[in-house]
Amino acid sequence: MNRYETVFILTPVLSEEQAKEAVKVFEGYITKNGGTIKHQEFWGMRKMAYPIQKKTTGFYNLIEFEADGELIRKLEIEYKRDERIMRFLTVSMDKHHVAFAEKTRKQASA
Amino acid sequence: MASDIRYLNPISIEIKKDKYCRFKKSGIKYVDYKNPDYLIKFINEQGKILPRRLTGTSQKYQKKVNKAVKRARHLAILPYVADMMK
Repeated sequence: MNRYETVFILTPVLSEEQAKEAVKVFEGYITKNGGTIKHQEFWGMRKMAYPIQKKTTGFYNLIEFEADGELIRKLEIEYKRDERIMRFLTVSMDKHHVAFAEKTRKQASA
Repeated sequence: MASDIRYLNPISIEIKKDKYCRFKKSGIKYVDYKNPDYLIKFINEQGKILPRRLTGTSQKYQKKVNKAVKRARHLAILPYVADMMK
């Protein structure tokens, strides 16, 4: 089991509820395939640094989860199939990254 | 008489400041790709990554900076090409 962090951008065509629903779908996909979600963050509508698919804004979302490496391949295929997702990035977290994420979360809650 | 010019104050010669690695100094172990305000220190106004020679970052952390900037570009957090960023 490794820890991963995935960020994806959803099209601004969706409403905020629809975007959150799409996030739920992917969360469900992770848990269904043997992953456990550690943290979820919805950044909301954000302006992008350059246009993607002729759109200048997008809904950013971050999911931190623990899973086997096998799941990542399946998850990214799932991302590619979904038309709502414009861009995604999945990275594996090393111990410094995990420590950093936990520290910032603690600061945010305090 | 030209050689007899005297200065009241000694001419100040610019002393080169010692460069240091800001990550080593402040004990940062991880460079976050999600924070554009921090990464902007390592790119020029065109959005190019600044070399180690200018920022003084050690090789170990320059690699991490590069990775973080490239990830941020992929997610449209930072631009690939820009003009007048700073």
